[in-house]
Amino acid sequence: MSFYLVQFLSGLATAATLFLVSSGLTIVFGVTRIVNFAHGSFYMLGAYLGWTLVERLGSTPLGFWGAVAAASLAVGLLGALMEVGLLRRLYRSPELFQLLATFGVVLVVQDAASWIWGSEDLLGRRAPGLRGSVDILDQPFPLYDLVLIGLGPLVLGLLWLLFNRTRWGTLVRAATQDRDMASALGVDPARLFTGVLFLGSALAGLGGALQVPREAVNLHMDMAIVVEAFVVVVVGGMGSLTGAFVASLLIGQLQAFGILVFPQITLVLVFLFMAVVLVIRPYGLLGRAEDAPPTAASPGPPLIAAAGAARWAPALLLALLAAVPLVAGDYALIVLTEVVILALLAASLHLLIGLGGLVSFGHAAYFGLGAYGAALLVKHLAAPMPLALAAAPLVAGLGALAAGWFCVRRSGLYFAMLTLAFAQIVWSVTFQWYGVTGGDNGILGVWPPDWAAGKAAYFWLTLALAGGALLLLRRAAFSPFGYTLRAGRDSALRAESVGIDVRRHQWLSFALAGSAAGLAGGLYAFSKGSVFPTLMAVPVSVDALVMVLMGGIQTLSGPVVGAALFHLLETEAMSRTDWWRLVLGAVILVLVLAFPKGVAGFVRDLWTRGRDS
Amino acid sequence: MNRRHLLLAPGAAALATALCFAAPMPAAQAQSGGQPIRVGEINSYTGLPAFTIPYRQGWQLAVEEVNAAGGLLGGRKLEVISRDDAGKPDDAVRVAQELLSNEKVELLAGTYFSHVGLAVADFAARNKLPFVAAEPLTDAITWTKGNRYTFRLRPSTYMQAAMLVEEAAKLPAKRWATVAPNYEYGQSAVQWFRQLLSEKRPDVEFVAEQWPAQGKLEAGPTVQALAAAKPDAIFNVTFGADLAKFVREGEGRGLFRNRTVVSLLTGEPEYLDPMKDEAPEGWIVTGYPQEQIDTPEHKAFREAYAKRFNEPPRQGSVVGYATFKAIAAAVEKAGSTDAEKVVDALSGLELSSPFGPITFRALDHQATMGAYVGKTTVKDGQGVMTGWRYADGADYLPSDEAVRKMRPE
Repeated sequence: MSFYLVQFLSGLATAATLFLVSSGLTIVFGVTRIVNFAHGSFYMLGAYLGWTLVERLGSTPLGFWGAVAAASLAVGLLGALMEVGLLRRLYRSPELFQLLATFGVVLVVQDAASWIWGSEDLLGRRAPGLRGSVDILDQPFPLYDLVLIGLGPLVLGLLWLLFNRTRWGTLVRAATQDRDMASALGVDPARLFTGVLFLGSALAGLGGALQVPREAVNLHMDMAIVVEAFVVVVVGGMGSLTGAFVASLLIGQLQAFGILVFPQITLVLVFLFMAVVLVIRPYGLLGRAEDAPPTAASPGPPLIAAAGAARWAPALLLALLAAVPLVAGDYALIVLTEVVILALLAASLHLLIGLGGLVSFGHAAYFGLGAYGAALLVKHLAAPMPLALAAAPLVAGLGALAAGWFCVRRSGLYFAMLTLAFAQIVWSVTFQWYGVTGGDNGILGVWPPDWAAGKAAYFWLTLALAGGALLLLRRAAFSPFGYTLRAGRDSALRAESVGIDVRRHQWLSFALAGSAAGLAGGLYAFSKGSVFPTLMAVPVSVDALVMVLMGGIQTLSGPVVGAALFHLLETEAMSRTDWWRLVLGAVILVLVLAFPKGVAGFVRDLWTRGRDS
Repeated sequence: MNRRHLLLAPGAAALATALCFAAPMPAAQAQSGGQPIRVGEINSYTGLPAFTIPYRQGWQLAVEEVNAAGGLLGGRKLEVISRDDAGKPDDAVRVAQELLSNEKVELLAGTYFSHVGLAVADFAARNKLPFVAAEPLTDAITWTKGNRYTFRLRPSTYMQAAMLVEEAAKLPAKRWATVAPNYEYGQSAVQWFRQLLSEKRPDVEFVAEQWPAQGKLEAGPTVQALAAAKPDAIFNVTFGADLAKFVREGEGRGLFRNRTVVSLLTGEPEYLDPMKDEAPEGWIVTGYPQEQIDTPEHKAFREAYAKRFNEPPRQGSVVGYATFKAIAAAVEKAGSTDAEKVVDALSGLELSSPFGPITFRALDHQATMGAYVGKTTVKDGQGVMTGWRYADGADYLPSDEAVRKMRPE
């Protein structure tokens, strides 16, 4: 029995850290509606700053806890700085644009931390006075973990007092419930937001600094925590502190006891749990329906099909691209092949985001399913390439049909996180099913046959297939189906009242987007000659999202422009410097500030303004 | 609304790229005497800087030495074009293509992650380009997925597990628990360890296994779960940040009290140094006690390295150094940069490394470089190895028959 008690306590210690980090995230999200990817970076900065300060001051208990508090405050200030310098300029942009900005911050912080603190893991000092362990029913248990266990409820209590007993807290709660009404009543949202970002980031920093005595501070801490923190926030119900607390407890215990029953399942356990919770409870454990965030797209001017000569622009572009092999070398061709494939991936995601108002965080799953569908046929059935390529969109489409049935029953960030959960489940199955998928060592030897093996031939093939799919997607946007989808996005209530089955259309669009992504995945597999689970991992989903946002979600050409821009930037920066993440992040920040509607949106505005004057 | 400009933008970008990527192609004149011998090098410099930067310094030293000694093939310089792969196999394949088409490299080298190494190996085979995989540990790269053009320097997972089994079999321990990261490296390490140990010691049993996700070890619960099984000994495969967490929690919860731990790679400075005075004591490990190895070839290497970079070498430094020394030796032996001749030269190539003489086996293209097996201890606030010996890789490989069965061709 004593073993289970200690295991339970270990789970509580895990939960405490999770709660500190996710409470900050849920507060920030509740008030500002910003999907803050940089939250994990603040956690990492808290750990690094904490390490530096603890090394200097941490030999006494006072010095240690002072260092932790100072690190937390410093990170809070950085958060406030990010609000003032970056996010504040974007509140008029489409909702998701701040997400792109915070992604830029993530990249910059990664390289900055590596530059300041070096690449080696830093093992910090242990908390003075708390080095040892106590025996709990004859099982040794670290003292420091006991302190952490106490700290979780303490912070919850303090936050509760802050939100329920101070004027500022009342204003924050008001803004969480109805931001517009709060500002109509004279609350300055800008100052409130700065304060909230300070508080949220300080909590992340505190969570990070408290890890110094437990683990080596390293450059992968940001990504390791941010996804999990989002899971906690969503499982608990967005904006709900108590929800985050309960969810942290549950996930902490799940991990503590899950590894006893299924040690192999740690990769996916939390995502399975989130999927189950979201399928049963649409707004998380303690979230309320009215807290559900609005959908992603602020619609902007409606899409209008190009008229006159402009109609021929896509054909012209295709012709132009088709002529490239006449002048370009092999490497330029494979980069362009990748651009075309990624353009299709981004455009398929845009079908969901731009037309459906559905933000997917797990679009890589369908890209990967397509790639694996094709590769598995080649490997196990020795299928010829055309058959494998035909199977790619089918496999991905079927996957999307299955996942989509669940996902479209949720909206906003709940939808996004459910797509992420399915993507992670698909990823972990692929990662672990060695017999069929080859596990993380992937499938090799997926090369095109001789007739398509030349770089130019494969480029033309890609251009024909991806170009065709892009035209079909464009056609879908201007078909009755596309209009219905947009109606559902702009007002689901009104659309339903005129007899549109919004959910069904969203479901079908999810499947369509999935199969288009699957075709892109199939083409990608043959262009690389191998497939790996990395193709369906979180970074690919994020990249696709960044491409769409970079180009702008209000035009159909946006994702195509975004994919080209992002991929060319990344490949060029990567081959020129080791600091490519810094370069990429800085470029994203500049783009976000200069073109708050995306690059394509900016060009369109310029064009419309020029025409009107 | 007009879409023409928007659609022309990527077109213009495409043309610009085509020109910009096409322009820097050097005129290919591989035959002329003074032309450098170009080697393309790919590794995860941004993903794992702590491991890849010592590695890079290692190969830089080797290249400088080769060139200072007058280059190769009668005065041609060795030139390395190095690229980051961002830790992703698909990026690595693109970079390999760039190195091949634009930079006209004669050979490929490098990679750290196993899946990246496999992707580049497949690319090399398809493009008939020699590839010396430096760091990936997966057995597949020379065995089940081996190919004519790929060679690997480091002792594989199998070899390192076999070295540790030799020590583990001498222990009285009967009940074993294992903890390993949940991916191919961890799984094959545990699989080989179990299989080889059970062959030598039919009386052992494996009573618990933990498979934390790489980089996300839940240290407290994992340690507790291992302790609950009451094993006599533990086989550990975790490394890096996970290892530090595991050691801290394990000490705090008394997991290592009266238990022997056998641990893969933990004796390498990359993993031992960051733990400082908290490095575990008495673990049986494979590693690299660089400050204690006083063979002439290692002393020369250590001194040259320390002089050049003002820091002691790490395991990665030796790997980088030996990889490029092997490439230089192969080109010299082939008498040409012709891919087929270099491959033939690499098969069975013998050379001297900081660890002593090594051979790239003709049978499976695996180098016989070994590792040092010993115990960890803490000295002057720093983890070091003690009571170590050099385990020559040649002694820890399966029979030729077994290898032939695994390898295609």
